Order: sequence, then C-alpha cells, then structure tokens
Amino acid sequence: MLELQNISYIVDDEGKDKDILKDVSLKLDDDKFFVITGPNGGGKSSLAKIIAGIYKPTSGKIIYDGTDITDMSITDRAKMGIGFAFQQPVRFKGLTVKDLLELAAGKEMKASACDYLSEVGLCAHDYINREINASLSGGELKRIEIAITIARGTKLTIFDEPEAGIDLWSFSNLIKVFEDLKKKTMGSIIIISHQERIINIADELILIANGEVVKQGTKEEIMPLFTGTSFKCKFK
Amino acid sequence: MDKIQENLLAEIAGLHEIPTGAYNIRANGEGAGRRSTEHIEITTKQDKPGIDIHIADNTVRESVHIPVIISETGLTESVYNDFFIGKNCDVTIIAGCGIHNCGTQKSEHDGIHTFFVGENSKVRYVEKHYGEGDGNGEIVLNPQTIVHLAAGSYLEMDTVQIKGVDSTIRTTVADVADNATLIISEKIMTHGKQHAETDFTVDLNGEGSSTNVISRSVARDDSTQLFKSNIRGNNKCAGHSECDAIIMDNGQVGAVPKVEANCVDASLIHEAAIGKIAGEQIIKLMSLGLTEEEAEEMIVNGFLK
Repeated sequence: MLELQNISYIVDDEGKDKDILKDVSLKLDDDKFFVITGPNGGGKSSLAKIIAGIYKPTSGKIIYDGTDITDMSITDRAKMGIGFAFQQPVRFKGLTVKDLLELAAGKEMKASACDYLSEVGLCAHDYINREINASLSGGELKRIEIAITIARGTKLTIFDEPEAGIDLWSFSNLIKVFEDLKKKTMGSIIIISHQERIINIADELILIANGEVVKQGTKEEIMPLFTGTSFKCKFK
Repeated sequence: MDKIQENLLAEIAGLHEIPTGAYNIRANGEGAGRRSTEHIEITTKQDKPGIDIHIADNTVRESVHIPVIISETGLTESVYNDFFIGKNCDVTIIAGCGIHNCGTQKSEHDGIHTFFVGENSKVRYVEKHYGEGDGNGEIVLNPQTIVHLAAGSYLEMDTVQIKGVDSTIRTTVADVADNATLIISEKIMTHGKQHAETDFTVDLNGEGSSTNVISRSVARDDSTQLFKSNIRGNNKCAGHSECDAIIMDNGQVGAVPKVEANCVDASLIHEAAIGKIAGEQIIKLMSLGLTEEEAEEMIVNGFLK
C-alpha cells in the first residue's frame, strides 16, 4: 500500500514561494487501478514525480509497503517496485528501444521484447533496433515509453498522461492496453489522465485541483463534480 | 606472437586468429605476417617504411587487414601505407594500432594512409586505436589519412579511439570527384590528462559530390579535445559536418567547424553540440533501477556504440 502523509511541495517562483501541493494525504490500496485527474496546473504531475522520487517534497512522508521512502533515491524506489512512465519521454542518442526494454525487463524477461512493443501497437520488427532519438515522432516515443514501463512489471506503476501525444487512431489501442493491464492485475496502477475512457476503467478516482485533493472515491462519487463534458472543476 | 600482442590484435582488429583474405601484420616495427591474394597484392615500400596495397579492378566482397601493434617501450615510427583501389571494387579495409607500453619511454606510431579509390568503387575503412600499459611511458598516435575519390566512388571511414591513448592528432584530407561520396564517422573517448585533436579537410570538387563528417566524443576527468573540420564546396555538392560531444568531470571540448561555399550550388551545413549528460536522461535510467553512475555509464556507452 502507498500512503502519502501531509505532503507539501513548495517551489521558488521568481523569489516567491509557490505552493504546488498543499498538505496532500492519500491512501492507495494494492492491486487497484487509480486515475488522478483534475485541471491543468493543479499539481498532478508533481505528485506523481514525488511518488517516483524525482521531486522531493518540502514536508510530509511517503510510506510504501510499510517503509518510509521519503528520503529514498529514484533508484531505490525503482528497485522496490515503483515504475514511472514520463509524460514527455526522454530521447537518447545511441541507445536503442531494445536496450531500454532489456534494462526494464531485467534478467527474468517474461515476454520477448517484441511482445511489449506489439502490446502498444508498434511493429517490433520496425522499432526494436531503432535509436530512441529525434528520428522518432512524439507519438512513437510515447508508445515506446509505455512499453518500457509495462516491461518492468512493477508492483506500483505510474503513467503520467499516457494519452498526451497519442493520435486518435491509436487511442483505442491505448485504452485496451490499460484494460489488459487491469485484467492481468499487474499490481497497482496510477494513471494521470483527463480522458473519460481512461477514467471509465478506474477503480478509484482522485480529483486534484489547486494543489489539494478535492476528493478520492469511485467514478460515481467524483464524476458529478465535473460539469458537462468539460473537466471544469466546481471547486476551483 | 606473445599474449600481449595477441591481446592488442584482438582489441584493434577483433582478430583472434589469422584473418581470411589479405593481411599484413606489423609488430614492433617489423613485418610479422603477410598474405597477398589473387586480387589484392601487398608489397613493401623500397624508399620508406610501409607497404603498397594494390586492389585489382572489379574486386568485390574481399577484405584487407593491416593491424599495427607495438609492445616495446620507446619505439617511435612513421609508416606510409598507400592503397591503390581499382575500378568497380567493393572492399573492406581494417587498420588500427594497438600499443602496450609498460616502460617509461614514449611509444609513438604515426600512420600515414593514402587512398586512391578508383571509379565506382566502394570502400569501407575501419580504424581502431587502443593503448594500454602499466608504465609511465606516453602512448602517442598521430594518424594521417589522405583520400582521393574518383568519380562515382564511395568511401566510408569509421575511426574509434576509446582507451589508453595519451595524445593523438588525427589529420584527414580528402578530395571528392563527380558523384563521389565520403562518409567519416569518428568516436573518441578521452580520460585522465589525455588530449585528442581531429582535423578534417574535405574538398568537394566534383558535381554531385557529397560528404558527411560525424564526430561523437566523450571527454572525462581532465582530458581535452579539439574538433576541427573544413568542408569546401567547390562545385554543385552537399556537405554536412556534425560534432556531438559529452563533457564530464573537468573535461574540455572545443569545436571549430568551418564550411566554405565556393560555388553557388554548394549546400553545406555544420552542427556542433557540446554539453554534459542531460539530467532527465539520468533520471529516466534511474527510474529503471540503475544508480546514477550506472546510468552515466550506459548513456556514454550508447553514445559511443
């Protein structure tokens, strides 16, 4: 189980303190599918990066499976079974898709590297030896990032806006990827998303706005907080 | 050949046994083995140290290995190797120099390679430099490559210097005729107090001629590097040079790319990017379970792969 206790995150904004997250407390049970949603700039991505260890909270504690991981490095958290798919995947000159897939899957690679690519709708033959460099489009990079993250098979996996940069044609496939993940009960999954179809497959939703948790609950409890089809938050 | 020499051969040429095809092995300033073939003839120069390699017209899918190894300390030599490649050939030439210096004196090998590539021939030239040794003697390699490309010919030159060379100045001069292409790809990693300099001058003389000069390098510790390139477009041609360098610790890299268009139809581009490893690359690999040091290592190895 992942527990966030009174997490605050303050950054320097031209000499002034800016609150990105204010006293956020959450409990996320094992083997559930969570979607964190809410308006842009509300603190969702910062929260995800704090869980992965990329950002360090100004105050508060993160407890994972009973261990206080607040001061642990990104590496140690990764080794404990936390996976993170970046919203904007990183490019590497010289490293190939295969290099990162093999690193992610580790020695006990359950499926072949090609299977992970097929899962995200990429023809393995065309991509496996490609460099993860500027020759790949944003959408291709994004799908490779998701494949790499799935290949890790971690107990807690965070996807930061996986739909961003994915074309409409591929979007249905992406939903299927997450539906399959859910069926396989691959540990807990946290997805930061604005997409209704992703929200629809969540066990629980967490609505974050202005750096605060507005509400954590089921879709039926959270969705009425949005008006119409837009994601305008009543609490803003 | 002793164990040290065998190891040097494996490092620079990937050779664990006598190669197939033509070869000439030079060890400590002397010939240590040679084989000519039906289409490739290797002869000793009479006027200065070195060899002439004559490759007959229409020789295809053949290779020549000409490794040089030095395991004696204090040996300094300049060697002239000239390649005369006929028309319509498709050959691979594997050169390289490995030095093991366990003494206190400087060991230096300066290889001057001249290529005369015949019309419509295709040549892949691979050169690897490697130094090792537990002494304080300096290891110096100053290769010079002179390339004359006839009409329609193609030469691809891959050079690698990853380890152990204290000082190197690489000079490459080329002239490229009609519809001929020269591709140069170099990979360098320096560490300690090493210094590496590369200087490429390419004259695109022919109509439709082209070149692509790509340098990827990593400078670690207190090492220094300088990349110079000058592409002169003297006809309707296309030229591109790219210097991409990672600096670590106190490493320093300078890049002086120059392009000179002497014809209105010349199209020339140069790019240079020098910087430390992007923080987000390290973070990504750490999120896959590597430590910061392991992440750096993987990024550097991939960059120079």
